[in-house]
Order: sequence, then structure tokens, then C-alpha cells
Amino acid sequence: MLKSGVLDPQGKAVETALGSLGFAGVSGVRQGKVIEMEVAESDPDKARAELEKMCEKLLANTVIETYAIELQG
Amino acid sequence: MQTAVIQFPGSNCDRDAQVALRQATGKEPYVIWHRDSEIPKVDLIVIPGGFTYGDYLRVGAMAANSPAMQTVVERANAGVAVLGICNGFQILTETGLLPGALMRNANLKFICRDVWLRVERNDTLFTAGYAGNSAIRIPIAHHDGNYFADAETLKRLEGENLVAFRYCDETGAVTPESNPNGSVGNIAGIYNAKLNVLGMMPHPERLADPVLGGADGRIMFQGVVDALAA
Repeated sequence: MLKSGVLDPQGKAVETALGSLGFAGVSGVRQGKVIEMEVAESDPDKARAELEKMCEKLLANTVIETYAIELQG
Repeated sequence: MQTAVIQFPGSNCDRDAQVALRQATGKEPYVIWHRDSEIPKVDLIVIPGGFTYGDYLRVGAMAANSPAMQTVVERANAGVAVLGICNGFQILTETGLLPGALMRNANLKFICRDVWLRVERNDTLFTAGYAGNSAIRIPIAHHDGNYFADAETLKRLEGENLVAFRYCDETGAVTPESNPNGSVGNIAGIYNAKLNVLGMMPHPERLADPVLGGADGRIMFQGVVDALAA
């Protein structure tokens, strides 16, 4: 997700579109992305540590974005 | 005086950059494929515009992690001159050589037209050929040129005089109306702290020959080549 304080023109456009479709009371729309993957590591702590490295190195740009990791399975 | 242009899948201004460099140096620039980490000894490296890796994930993110860019980062840190144009600027911010990020244009549109830029300082390698605070005409062609940096970074950029160009009108006045993409402070280009790395969204290589309708961009290429050769 974009950090709070970083202007999100795409989120703003989505918000305007929702308004014009008649959805009232919508504000603060922010657009982000979800990246799904399968990892071979079965230890959750180790998997999380590895995913954090991936986020820092490539998946997120921490100048403008925040990230959250969710493990399933 | 040797130069190199890095070529990625999706680069589309690499040839224009080669033409501009050939014109300025009288020599053929090396063209370095993104998978090559070996770059010959050169005085100037250009990261050209385009849509590297289809802009997947984020503009410039994949290219920033390519073998060629790892070498560019080492060279830049060793003081070699590096010029990133458009996608090249985006790639340089993703490597961390330059601060901040390039976001989607505020009006969400791809913008392709000439703009005016105010030359903020003319005592650097790249701008020695321009008169100080002059307005130059250079084209932009981008969807993600909206420069963003947090308040602390901006304060440092302004305090250390690291803004290279600002969008302005033809008289050189920096106004909200002359800002095409929502960039904070009308910023169109910035330097690193050592002034050997310049990233800019506008395309000087696209107006580097009078036959193209203008030659304000040629002054930059000739200026940096002359400065490096001196």
C-alpha cells in the first residue's frame, strides 16, 4: 500500500467513479497490490524473514509504500 | 572519452541516446545489455528511456536489480558520471542512487509534449553549457513522472541545491500551471550529493538536433562531454 501522505491519483479516480455510480459516503480510497506466491520453506518464522527480505529488496518501494505479510497453509 | 548506454528489454530511447552521444563525442558508445555485469571503462553512462520489463511491479523496479545496474551503481559510487533519462531516472531512484520516487502523473494521463525547464544551476558536469536559471525546451513522454519525496528528503535536496531542473513557463517562471505531472516543487530532475549522477524525466536526446525542431538537449550532451574531457 502507498504510505499515508503519499498522494494516490488512481485511488482518487476510483473514489470519483464510485461516487458517480451512486455509492455515497465513500472516502479515502487507496489502491495497492497483492502479490501471492508459494514458498518451499515450511518454518513460518523463516518464511516470514525471507519474505521480508523480498519486500525490502524488490517487492515494495519503502520510499512510498508499506507492506504487510500474510502466511497461509 | 568513452561512453556507454545500458539497454534493457523495453528500452526505446537507447538509439536516440547513442545518436546524441556519437554526435557529442565523435565515437561510438558501448551498448551494454542488461544481463552483462561487465562494463568497459567509460567516463559517462546513460540509462535511457523506455518501459523496461513492461513496467511490471513498479516502473524501474526490475531493471534496478539487473546485473548491468549493479555495476552502474558501483561505478556511480566511484564517481563515474551517470545520466538517467525518463525510465532511466525511475531506475536510478529504484537503485537508491537518487532519492524519492516517480509516481503516476497527477492527471493519470500519459503526457507527450515539449515543456520548459529552468536550469537550477549551471556549475555541474551536465549543465555547464547552459546559462544559469535559463529556460530550455525539452520534450517529456511519460505516464509516471510525478516526483515524490518525503519532507525531510525534499529539505535536503533544496538545502544542498540538488534540484537540477524545474518545470517552468517559457520565461523561466516556476508556476503551478507549468507543472505537467504534479511533481512536488515542480521538480523535473535531481542530482546525487556528489553531482555525478543526474536523473531527469524530460528527454534531452529527443531535441538534440535542429532537424528535430530544437537543439536545447544537444547542449547537455556536448556540455557533459566537454566537461569530462577537460
